[in-house]
Amino acid sequence: MLIKSLFAGFGGQGVLMMGYSLAHAAMNEGYHTTYLPAYGAEVRGGTANCTVAISDEEIASPVASAPDYLVIMNTPSLYTFQNRAAQGGTIFLNSSIIDARPTRKEVGILEIPAGEIAEKMGDPRVANVVVLGAFIRKTGLISPGGYLKSLRKIMGERKKAIMEINRKAFAAGFDLFPEGS
Amino acid sequence: MNKILIQGNRVIGEAAIRAGCRFYAGYPITPQNELTEYMADNLRKAGGTFIQGESEIASVNMILGASAAGARVMTSSSSPGISLKQEGISSMAADELPGVIVNMMRGGPGLGNISPSQGDYFQATKGGGHGDYRVIVLAPASVQELADLTMDAFDLADEYRNPVMILADGMIGQMMEPVLFKTPKPRSYSEKFHLRGCGEGKSKFIRGLILDPLHEEEHNWKLHRKYKTIIAREPRHETFRTEDADFLVIAYGTAARVAKGAIKRARESGIRVGLLRPITLWPFPSDAVRSFAGKASKFLVFEMSTGQMLEDVQLALGNSEKIHFYGRPGGVVPAPVEVAKIIAQHA
Repeated sequence: MLIKSLFAGFGGQGVLMMGYSLAHAAMNEGYHTTYLPAYGAEVRGGTANCTVAISDEEIASPVASAPDYLVIMNTPSLYTFQNRAAQGGTIFLNSSIIDARPTRKEVGILEIPAGEIAEKMGDPRVANVVVLGAFIRKTGLISPGGYLKSLRKIMGERKKAIMEINRKAFAAGFDLFPEGS
Repeated sequence: MNKILIQGNRVIGEAAIRAGCRFYAGYPITPQNELTEYMADNLRKAGGTFIQGESEIASVNMILGASAAGARVMTSSSSPGISLKQEGISSMAADELPGVIVNMMRGGPGLGNISPSQGDYFQATKGGGHGDYRVIVLAPASVQELADLTMDAFDLADEYRNPVMILADGMIGQMMEPVLFKTPKPRSYSEKFHLRGCGEGKSKFIRGLILDPLHEEEHNWKLHRKYKTIIAREPRHETFRTEDADFLVIAYGTAARVAKGAIKRARESGIRVGLLRPITLWPFPSDAVRSFAGKASKFLVFEMSTGQMLEDVQLALGNSEKIHFYGRPGGVVPAPVEVAKIIAQHA
Protein backbone atom coordinates (compact mmCIF):
# COMPACT_ATOMS: atom_id res chain seq x y z
CA MET A 1 0.00 0.00 0.00
CA LEU A 2 1.23 3.49 -0.91
CA ILE A 3 -1.02 6.49 -0.36
CA LYS A 4 -0.02 10.02 -1.23
CA SER A 5 -1.90 13.08 0.01
CA LEU A 6 -1.36 16.68 -0.97
CA PHE A 7 -2.45 19.56 1.27
CA ALA A 8 -2.71 23.04 -0.20
CA GLY A 9 -3.93 26.47 0.85
CA PHE A 10 -2.55 29.87 1.76
CA GLY A 11 0.12 30.60 4.34
CA GLY A 12 -1.48 30.81 7.79
CA GLN A 13 -4.17 28.16 7.29
CA GLY A 14 -2.05 25.51 8.94
CA VAL A 15 -1.54 23.58 5.72
CA LEU A 16 1.96 22.40 6.61
CA MET A 17 0.76 21.51 10.11
CA MET A 18 -1.90 19.25 8.57
CA GLY A 19 0.69 17.29 6.64
CA TYR A 20 3.20 17.22 9.44
CA SER A 21 0.72 15.94 12.03
CA LEU A 22 -0.55 13.26 9.62
CA ALA A 23 3.00 12.06 8.90
CA HIS A 24 3.78 12.09 12.62
CA ALA A 25 0.75 9.92 13.36
CA ALA A 26 1.60 7.56 10.49
CA MET A 27 5.11 7.15 11.89
CA ASN A 28 3.71 6.31 15.32
CA GLU A 29 1.43 3.70 13.80
CA GLY A 30 4.50 2.00 12.33
CA TYR A 31 4.22 3.09 8.71
CA HIS A 32 6.94 4.36 6.45
CA THR A 33 6.22 8.00 5.79
CA THR A 34 7.65 11.06 4.11
CA TYR A 35 6.62 14.68 4.50
CA LEU A 36 7.74 17.10 1.80
CA PRO A 37 6.83 20.78 2.08
CA ALA A 38 6.87 22.79 -1.13
CA TYR A 39 9.77 25.13 -0.81
CA GLY A 40 10.54 27.89 -3.18
CA ALA A 41 10.71 31.63 -3.44
CA GLU A 42 7.54 31.91 -1.38
CA VAL A 43 6.04 35.08 0.10
CA ARG A 44 4.19 35.72 3.34
CA GLY A 45 0.49 35.17 2.71
CA GLY A 46 1.30 33.26 -0.45
CA THR A 47 0.53 29.67 -1.28
CA ALA A 48 1.61 26.72 0.83
CA ASN A 49 1.48 23.03 0.10
CA CYS A 50 2.97 19.79 1.28
CA THR A 51 2.87 16.14 0.34
CA VAL A 52 2.65 13.19 2.71
CA ALA A 53 3.35 9.64 1.56
CA ILE A 54 2.32 6.71 3.76
CA SER A 55 3.27 3.14 2.97
CA ASP A 56 3.91 -0.23 4.52
CA GLU A 57 7.18 -0.41 2.61
CA GLU A 58 10.07 1.90 1.75
CA ILE A 59 8.88 5.01 -0.12
CA ALA A 60 10.62 5.69 -3.41
CA SER A 61 9.61 9.26 -4.03
CA PRO A 62 8.14 11.78 -1.59
CA VAL A 63 6.77 13.70 -4.57
CA ALA A 64 3.20 13.00 -5.68
CA SER A 65 2.61 13.45 -9.39
CA ALA A 66 -0.91 12.00 -8.92
CA PRO A 67 -1.97 12.19 -5.26
CA ASP A 68 -4.70 9.83 -4.06
CA TYR A 69 -6.09 12.54 -1.82
CA LEU A 70 -6.11 16.29 -2.33
CA VAL A 71 -6.96 18.54 0.59
CA ILE A 72 -7.76 21.96 -0.78
CA MET A 73 -8.09 24.86 1.62
CA ASN A 74 -8.55 27.81 -0.77
CA THR A 75 -9.73 28.57 -4.31
CA PRO A 76 -6.38 29.19 -6.05
CA SER A 77 -5.14 25.80 -4.78
CA LEU A 78 -8.17 24.12 -6.33
CA TYR A 79 -7.27 25.52 -9.74
CA THR A 80 -3.58 24.69 -9.30
CA PHE A 81 -3.95 21.11 -8.12
CA GLN A 82 -7.26 19.59 -9.20
CA ASN A 83 -5.80 18.13 -12.40
CA ARG A 84 -3.12 16.35 -10.37
CA ALA A 85 -5.58 14.18 -8.40
CA ALA A 86 -5.32 10.49 -9.22
CA GLN A 87 -8.16 8.85 -11.18
CA GLY A 88 -10.63 7.62 -8.60
CA GLY A 89 -9.02 9.81 -5.93
CA THR A 90 -10.79 12.16 -3.56
CA ILE A 91 -10.71 15.94 -3.21
CA PHE A 92 -11.48 17.35 0.24
CA LEU A 93 -12.69 20.95 -0.07
CA ASN A 94 -12.81 23.66 2.56
CA SER A 95 -16.23 24.68 1.21
CA SER A 96 -16.56 27.65 3.57
CA ILE A 97 -14.32 29.78 1.43
CA ILE A 98 -14.22 27.89 -1.86
CA ASP A 99 -17.18 28.75 -4.11
CA ALA A 100 -15.89 26.97 -7.17
CA ARG A 101 -16.17 23.20 -7.56
CA PRO A 102 -13.71 20.83 -9.20
CA THR A 103 -14.25 20.25 -12.90
CA ARG A 104 -12.83 16.74 -12.57
CA LYS A 105 -15.55 14.11 -12.98
CA GLU A 106 -13.85 10.86 -12.06
CA VAL A 107 -12.80 11.89 -8.56
CA GLY A 108 -14.81 11.97 -5.33
CA ILE A 109 -15.53 15.37 -3.85
CA LEU A 110 -16.17 15.98 -0.16
CA GLU A 111 -17.28 19.41 0.94
CA ILE A 112 -16.32 20.37 4.46
CA PRO A 113 -17.60 23.70 5.82
CA ALA A 114 -14.50 23.84 8.00
CA GLY A 115 -14.33 27.62 8.29
CA GLU A 116 -17.90 27.86 9.59
CA ILE A 117 -17.49 24.98 12.03
CA ALA A 118 -14.31 26.50 13.40
CA GLU A 119 -15.92 29.96 13.68
CA LYS A 120 -18.78 28.46 15.67
CA MET A 121 -16.26 26.92 18.03
CA GLY A 122 -14.82 30.35 18.54
CA ASP A 123 -11.46 29.86 16.87
CA PRO A 124 -11.15 30.05 13.07
CA ARG A 125 -7.60 28.72 13.36
CA VAL A 126 -8.79 25.15 13.97
CA ALA A 127 -10.40 24.85 10.51
CA ASN A 128 -7.44 22.73 9.43
CA VAL A 129 -8.05 20.20 12.21
CA VAL A 130 -11.76 20.04 11.32
CA VAL A 131 -10.73 19.04 7.80
CA LEU A 132 -8.29 16.48 9.17
CA GLY A 133 -11.07 14.93 11.24
CA ALA A 134 -13.10 14.41 8.08
CA PHE A 135 -9.98 13.29 6.18
CA ILE A 136 -9.11 10.60 8.70
CA ARG A 137 -12.71 9.35 8.89
CA LYS A 138 -13.02 9.01 5.13
CA THR A 139 -9.55 7.69 4.34
CA GLY A 140 -9.11 5.39 7.35
CA LEU A 141 -5.36 5.89 6.89
CA ILE A 142 -4.73 6.02 10.62
CA SER A 143 -6.83 5.69 13.76
CA PRO A 144 -8.49 8.83 15.21
CA GLY A 145 -6.96 8.03 18.61
CA GLY A 146 -3.52 7.75 17.04
CA TYR A 147 -3.93 11.08 15.32
CA LEU A 148 -4.99 12.88 18.51
CA LYS A 149 -2.09 11.33 20.40
CA SER A 150 0.30 12.71 17.81
CA LEU A 151 -1.34 16.11 17.86
CA ARG A 152 -0.98 16.26 21.65
CA LYS A 153 2.69 15.33 21.33
CA ILE A 154 3.34 17.94 18.64
CA MET A 155 1.63 20.70 20.61
CA GLY A 156 3.55 19.77 23.73
CA GLU A 157 3.31 21.60 27.02
CA ARG A 158 3.50 25.02 25.43
CA LYS A 159 0.22 24.66 23.56
CA LYS A 160 -1.52 22.34 26.00
CA ALA A 161 -4.26 24.92 26.61
CA ILE A 162 -5.46 24.80 23.00
CA MET A 163 -5.47 20.99 22.76
CA GLU A 164 -9.08 20.81 23.93
CA ILE A 165 -10.48 23.00 21.16
CA ASN A 166 -8.37 21.08 18.63
CA ARG A 167 -9.80 17.82 19.94
CA LYS A 168 -13.33 19.20 19.53
CA ALA A 169 -12.52 20.47 16.05
CA PHE A 170 -11.21 17.04 15.09
CA ALA A 171 -14.37 15.37 16.44
CA ALA A 172 -16.61 17.81 14.56
CA GLY A 173 -14.85 16.98 11.30
CA PHE A 174 -14.81 13.27 12.06
CA ASP A 175 -18.58 13.25 12.74
CA LEU A 176 -19.43 15.03 9.48
CA PHE A 177 -19.30 11.78 7.56
CA PRO A 178 -20.78 8.97 9.64
CA GLU A 179 -19.98 5.38 8.72
CA GLY A 180 -21.31 4.45 5.30
CA SER A 181 -22.07 8.00 4.17
CA MET B 1 14.43 5.12 22.00
CA ASN B 2 11.65 6.39 19.81
CA LYS B 3 11.81 7.47 16.22
CA ILE B 4 11.36 11.17 15.59
CA LEU B 5 9.97 12.83 12.50
CA ILE B 6 12.62 15.29 11.43
CA GLN B 7 13.69 17.25 8.37
CA GLY B 8 16.85 16.30 6.48
CA ASN B 9 18.62 19.61 6.98
CA ARG B 10 17.86 19.63 10.69
CA VAL B 11 18.89 16.01 11.20
CA ILE B 12 22.40 16.82 9.97
CA GLY B 13 22.67 19.47 12.68
CA GLU B 14 21.43 17.13 15.38
CA ALA B 15 23.63 14.23 14.25
CA ALA B 16 26.64 16.55 14.05
CA ILE B 17 26.11 17.84 17.58
CA ARG B 18 25.65 14.29 18.88
CA ALA B 19 28.88 13.32 17.09
CA GLY B 20 30.72 16.06 18.92
CA CYS B 21 30.79 18.85 16.32
CA ARG B 22 31.51 21.97 18.35
CA PHE B 23 32.29 24.52 15.67
CA TYR B 24 30.07 25.45 12.76
CA ALA B 25 30.37 28.39 10.41
CA GLY B 26 28.04 28.96 7.51
CA TYR B 27 26.31 31.45 5.31
CA PRO B 28 22.62 31.16 4.30
CA ILE B 29 21.50 29.67 1.01
CA THR B 30 18.40 27.72 -0.03
CA PRO B 31 17.76 24.76 0.19
CA GLN B 32 19.95 24.15 3.25
CA ASN B 33 19.03 27.09 5.50
CA GLU B 34 17.37 24.96 8.17
CA LEU B 35 20.76 23.40 8.93
CA THR B 36 22.35 26.77 9.58
CA GLU B 37 19.28 27.73 11.62
CA TYR B 38 19.45 24.50 13.63
CA MET B 39 23.10 25.09 14.47
CA ALA B 40 22.36 28.70 15.43
CA ASP B 41 19.69 27.43 17.84
CA ASN B 42 21.42 24.41 19.28
CA LEU B 43 25.19 24.44 18.96
CA ARG B 44 25.77 26.98 21.70
CA LYS B 45 23.50 25.00 24.05
CA ALA B 46 25.87 22.07 23.49
CA GLY B 47 28.84 24.24 24.43
CA GLY B 48 29.92 24.87 20.86
CA THR B 49 30.43 27.91 18.68
CA PHE B 50 28.14 28.98 15.86
CA ILE B 51 29.20 31.70 13.49
CA GLN B 52 27.24 33.10 10.60
CA GLY B 53 30.17 34.19 8.51
CA GLU B 54 30.16 37.23 6.28
CA SER B 55 30.48 34.93 3.28
CA GLU B 56 30.91 31.32 2.25
CA ILE B 57 34.65 31.84 1.84
CA ALA B 58 34.99 33.28 5.33
CA SER B 59 32.98 30.37 6.77
CA VAL B 60 35.10 27.64 5.23
CA ASN B 61 38.27 29.39 6.37
CA MET B 62 36.85 29.63 9.89
CA ILE B 63 36.34 25.87 10.02
CA LEU B 64 39.86 25.41 8.67
CA GLY B 65 41.20 27.43 11.58
CA ALA B 66 39.03 25.75 14.20
CA SER B 67 39.99 22.33 12.85
CA ALA B 68 43.67 23.22 13.12
CA ALA B 69 43.00 24.07 16.76
CA GLY B 70 41.48 20.61 17.26
CA ALA B 71 37.71 21.17 17.10
CA ARG B 72 35.24 18.92 15.28
CA VAL B 73 34.05 21.27 12.55
CA MET B 74 31.38 21.57 9.90
CA THR B 75 30.21 24.02 7.27
CA SER B 76 27.35 23.73 4.83
CA SER B 77 25.98 25.33 1.72
CA SER B 78 24.33 24.57 -1.59
CA SER B 79 25.89 24.38 -5.05
CA PRO B 80 26.88 28.01 -5.80
CA GLY B 81 28.07 28.46 -2.22
CA ILE B 82 30.09 25.25 -2.39
CA SER B 83 31.89 26.63 -5.45
CA LEU B 84 32.96 29.56 -3.30
CA LYS B 85 34.25 27.23 -0.58
CA GLN B 86 36.57 25.28 -2.89
CA GLU B 87 39.68 27.30 -2.09
CA GLY B 88 39.26 26.48 1.60
CA ILE B 89 38.50 22.82 0.94
CA SER B 90 41.66 22.53 -1.16
CA SER B 91 43.61 24.14 1.69
CA MET B 92 42.11 21.74 4.24
CA ALA B 93 43.10 18.81 2.03
CA ALA B 94 46.61 20.24 1.65
CA ASP B 95 46.90 20.84 5.40
CA GLU B 96 45.37 17.43 6.19
CA LEU B 97 42.70 18.94 8.38
CA PRO B 98 39.54 17.00 9.18
CA GLY B 99 36.19 18.70 8.61
CA VAL B 100 32.73 18.02 7.25
CA ILE B 101 31.28 19.98 4.36
CA VAL B 102 27.60 19.59 3.46
CA ASN B 103 26.38 20.29 -0.06
CA MET B 104 22.59 20.25 -0.51
CA MET B 105 22.74 20.42 -4.29
CA ARG B 106 20.42 22.62 -6.32
CA GLY B 107 19.93 23.18 -10.02
CA GLY B 108 22.87 24.80 -11.83
CA PRO B 109 25.16 25.85 -13.40
CA GLY B 110 25.51 29.41 -12.17
CA LEU B 111 22.86 30.48 -9.72
CA GLY B 112 20.49 28.03 -11.41
CA ASN B 113 17.49 27.43 -9.17
CA ILE B 114 16.67 25.97 -5.77
CA SER B 115 15.27 22.60 -6.89
CA PRO B 116 16.94 19.23 -6.18
CA SER B 117 19.75 18.33 -8.58
CA GLN B 118 22.84 16.15 -8.88
CA GLY B 119 24.93 18.42 -11.06
CA ASP B 120 27.86 18.74 -8.61
CA TYR B 121 29.13 15.15 -8.87
CA PHE B 122 32.26 16.07 -10.81
CA GLN B 123 33.03 18.96 -8.49
CA ALA B 124 32.62 16.79 -5.39
CA THR B 125 34.44 13.66 -6.54
CA LYS B 126 37.23 14.94 -8.75
CA GLY B 127 38.80 17.40 -6.38
CA GLY B 128 36.62 20.50 -6.76
CA GLY B 129 39.27 23.08 -5.99
CA HIS B 130 42.77 23.36 -7.39
CA GLY B 131 45.55 20.87 -6.84
CA ASP B 132 45.98 17.14 -6.65
CA TYR B 133 43.58 16.12 -3.89
CA ARG B 134 40.38 14.25 -3.12
CA VAL B 135 37.62 14.53 -0.54
CA ILE B 136 35.60 11.56 0.69
CA VAL B 137 32.05 11.98 -0.63
CA LEU B 138 29.04 10.38 1.06
CA ALA B 139 25.68 10.29 -0.73
CA PRO B 140 22.68 9.60 1.54
CA ALA B 141 19.34 8.60 0.03
CA SER B 142 17.11 9.10 3.07
CA VAL B 143 16.83 11.24 6.16
CA GLN B 144 17.82 8.24 8.31
CA GLU B 145 20.93 7.70 6.23
CA LEU B 146 21.70 11.42 6.45
CA ALA B 147 21.76 11.04 10.24
CA ASP B 148 24.00 7.95 10.10
CA LEU B 149 26.40 9.25 7.47
CA THR B 150 26.79 12.62 9.20
CA MET B 151 28.18 10.78 12.24
CA ASP B 152 30.37 8.59 10.00
CA ALA B 153 31.63 11.68 8.15
CA PHE B 154 33.24 13.07 11.29
CA ASP B 155 34.95 9.75 12.06
CA LEU B 156 36.24 9.36 8.51
CA ALA B 157 37.50 12.95 8.50
CA ASP B 158 39.49 12.31 11.69
CA GLU B 159 40.73 8.91 10.64
CA TYR B 160 42.20 10.15 7.37
CA ARG B 161 42.73 13.79 8.40
CA ASN B 162 40.87 14.84 5.28
CA PRO B 163 37.73 16.83 4.45
CA VAL B 164 34.59 14.73 4.00
CA MET B 165 31.65 15.96 1.96
CA ILE B 166 28.03 14.99 2.42
CA LEU B 167 26.48 15.29 -1.02
CA ALA B 168 22.69 15.34 -1.01
CA ASP B 169 20.10 17.56 -2.63
CA GLY B 170 17.24 19.91 -1.87
CA MET B 171 14.71 17.11 -1.71
CA ILE B 172 16.51 15.10 0.98
CA GLY B 173 17.27 18.33 2.81
CA GLN B 174 13.67 19.55 2.83
CA MET B 175 11.93 16.22 3.39
CA MET B 176 10.96 14.84 6.80
CA GLU B 177 11.21 11.12 7.57
CA PRO B 178 11.32 9.07 10.77
CA VAL B 179 14.80 8.81 12.24
CA LEU B 180 16.40 6.78 15.00
CA PHE B 181 19.81 8.14 16.05
CA LYS B 182 22.63 5.67 16.47
CA THR B 183 25.11 6.09 19.29
CA PRO B 184 28.11 8.04 18.02
CA LYS B 185 31.57 6.58 18.51
CA PRO B 186 33.80 8.42 20.95
CA ARG B 187 36.24 10.68 19.13
CA SER B 188 39.74 9.38 18.68
CA TYR B 189 41.83 12.17 17.23
CA SER B 190 45.28 12.74 18.56
CA GLU B 191 45.93 15.99 20.38
CA LYS B 192 49.36 15.97 18.80
CA PHE B 193 47.70 17.45 15.71
CA HIS B 194 46.15 20.38 17.60
CA LEU B 195 47.66 23.82 17.15
CA ARG B 196 47.09 25.57 20.46
CA GLY B 197 50.32 27.40 21.10
CA CYS B 198 53.52 25.57 21.96
CA GLY B 199 53.85 26.68 25.59
CA GLU B 200 57.13 25.27 26.82
CA GLY B 201 57.27 22.64 24.08
CA LYS B 202 58.44 22.62 20.48
CA SER B 203 56.50 24.75 18.00
CA LYS B 204 54.21 22.96 15.59
CA PHE B 205 53.01 24.32 12.31
CA ILE B 206 50.61 23.50 9.52
CA ARG B 207 51.26 24.96 6.11
CA GLY B 208 49.95 24.59 2.61
CA LEU B 209 52.57 26.79 0.99
CA ILE B 210 55.48 24.52 0.11
CA LEU B 211 57.80 26.47 -2.17
CA ASP B 212 60.39 23.78 -2.78
CA PRO B 213 58.99 21.65 -5.62
CA LEU B 214 60.72 18.54 -4.33
CA HIS B 215 59.07 18.96 -0.95
CA GLU B 216 55.70 19.66 -2.53
CA GLU B 217 56.13 16.61 -4.72
CA GLU B 218 56.81 14.52 -1.64
CA HIS B 219 53.72 15.97 0.03
CA ASN B 220 51.63 15.17 -3.05
CA TRP B 221 52.79 11.54 -3.02
CA LYS B 222 52.06 11.31 0.68
CA LEU B 223 48.49 12.51 0.07
CA HIS B 224 48.25 10.14 -2.86
CA ARG B 225 49.20 7.15 -0.69
CA LYS B 226 46.49 8.17 1.77
CA TYR B 227 43.94 8.36 -1.06
CA LYS B 228 44.99 4.89 -2.25
CA THR B 229 44.32 3.56 1.24
CA ILE B 230 40.89 5.20 1.24
CA ILE B 231 40.13 3.73 -2.19
CA ALA B 232 41.09 0.27 -0.90
CA ARG B 233 39.18 0.48 2.37
CA GLU B 234 36.21 2.78 2.18
CA PRO B 235 33.97 2.21 -0.86
CA ARG B 236 30.39 1.56 0.22
CA HIS B 237 27.33 0.60 -1.75
CA GLU B 238 23.93 -1.01 -1.40
CA THR B 239 22.22 -3.44 -3.75
CA PHE B 240 18.50 -3.94 -4.21
CA ARG B 241 16.82 -6.87 -6.02
CA THR B 242 20.07 -7.82 -7.74
CA GLU B 243 19.96 -11.54 -6.85
CA ASP B 244 18.73 -12.61 -10.31
CA ALA B 245 19.15 -9.29 -12.13
CA ASP B 246 20.09 -9.30 -15.78
CA PHE B 247 19.63 -5.52 -15.91
CA LEU B 248 21.42 -3.25 -13.44
CA VAL B 249 20.40 0.33 -12.67
CA ILE B 250 23.10 2.45 -11.05
CA ALA B 251 21.93 5.58 -9.23
CA TYR B 252 22.73 7.45 -6.01
CA GLY B 253 20.90 9.67 -3.55
CA THR B 254 17.44 10.88 -4.53
CA ALA B 255 17.76 9.29 -7.98
CA ALA B 256 18.39 5.91 -6.31
CA ARG B 257 15.20 6.01 -4.27
CA VAL B 258 13.21 6.98 -7.35
CA ALA B 259 14.94 4.10 -9.16
CA LYS B 260 13.86 1.65 -6.43
CA GLY B 261 10.23 2.58 -7.05
CA ALA B 262 10.79 2.16 -10.79
CA ILE B 263 12.41 -1.24 -10.29
CA LYS B 264 9.44 -2.50 -8.27
CA ARG B 265 7.15 -1.54 -11.17
CA ALA B 266 9.46 -3.03 -13.80
CA ARG B 267 9.68 -6.26 -11.81
CA GLU B 268 5.88 -6.50 -11.89
CA SER B 269 6.09 -6.65 -15.67
CA GLY B 270 8.68 -9.41 -15.48
CA ILE B 271 11.91 -7.47 -16.07
CA ARG B 272 14.74 -8.90 -13.98
CA VAL B 273 16.15 -5.57 -12.89
CA GLY B 274 18.06 -4.52 -9.78
CA LEU B 275 19.81 -1.49 -8.35
CA LEU B 276 23.35 -0.74 -7.29
CA ARG B 277 23.45 2.41 -5.20
CA PRO B 278 26.87 3.90 -4.50
CA ILE B 279 26.91 5.31 -0.95
CA THR B 280 30.45 6.63 -1.29
CA LEU B 281 30.85 8.55 -4.55
CA TRP B 282 34.54 8.97 -3.84
CA PRO B 283 35.91 6.40 -3.39
CA PHE B 284 33.58 5.08 -6.09
CA PRO B 285 32.56 1.42 -5.54
CA SER B 286 34.15 0.37 -8.85
CA ASP B 287 34.76 -3.23 -7.77
CA ALA B 288 31.10 -3.66 -6.84
CA VAL B 289 30.02 -2.28 -10.22
CA ARG B 290 32.57 -4.47 -12.00
CA SER B 291 31.29 -7.56 -10.21
CA PHE B 292 28.12 -7.26 -12.31
CA ALA B 293 30.05 -7.22 -15.61
CA GLY B 294 29.49 -10.93 -16.16
CA LYS B 295 26.04 -11.14 -14.56
CA ALA B 296 24.06 -8.32 -16.13
CA SER B 297 23.74 -7.78 -19.86
CA LYS B 298 22.34 -4.25 -19.61
CA PHE B 299 23.18 -1.27 -17.45
CA LEU B 300 21.30 1.98 -16.94
CA VAL B 301 22.92 4.91 -15.18
CA PHE B 302 20.28 7.32 -13.91
CA GLU B 303 21.28 10.74 -12.58
CA MET B 304 19.65 14.10 -12.04
CA SER B 305 22.33 15.56 -14.33
CA THR B 306 23.40 15.14 -17.95
CA GLY B 307 25.74 12.29 -17.00
CA GLN B 308 28.63 12.60 -14.55
CA MET B 309 28.73 9.42 -12.45
CA LEU B 310 28.20 7.77 -15.85
CA GLU B 311 31.93 8.29 -16.50
CA ASP B 312 32.91 6.39 -13.35
CA VAL B 313 30.62 3.54 -14.36
CA GLN B 314 32.23 3.54 -17.81
CA LEU B 315 35.66 3.46 -16.18
CA ALA B 316 34.62 0.50 -14.04
CA LEU B 317 32.94 -1.50 -16.82
CA GLY B 318 34.76 -0.24 -19.87
CA ASN B 319 32.78 1.92 -22.26
CA SER B 320 30.28 -0.30 -23.95
CA GLU B 321 27.00 -0.21 -25.80
CA LYS B 322 25.46 -2.08 -22.91
CA ILE B 323 25.59 1.06 -20.76
CA HIS B 324 22.58 3.33 -21.19
CA PHE B 325 21.96 6.66 -19.56
CA TYR B 326 18.89 8.53 -18.36
CA GLY B 327 19.41 12.06 -17.06
CA ARG B 328 17.11 14.77 -15.72
CA PRO B 329 19.19 17.86 -15.00
CA GLY B 330 18.18 21.34 -13.94
CA GLY B 331 16.19 20.57 -10.80
CA VAL B 332 13.77 17.94 -12.12
CA VAL B 333 12.93 14.89 -9.98
CA PRO B 334 11.24 12.37 -12.28
CA ALA B 335 8.52 10.07 -10.96
CA PRO B 336 9.27 6.34 -10.56
CA VAL B 337 6.81 5.63 -13.41
CA GLU B 338 8.94 7.72 -15.80
CA VAL B 339 12.09 5.81 -14.88
CA ALA B 340 10.18 2.53 -15.19
CA LYS B 341 9.36 3.45 -18.80
CA ILE B 342 13.05 3.99 -19.55
CA ILE B 343 13.88 0.62 -17.98
CA ALA B 344 11.20 -1.03 -20.13
CA GLN B 345 12.59 0.65 -23.26
CA HIS B 346 16.03 -0.84 -22.71
CA ALA B 347 14.96 -4.22 -21.31
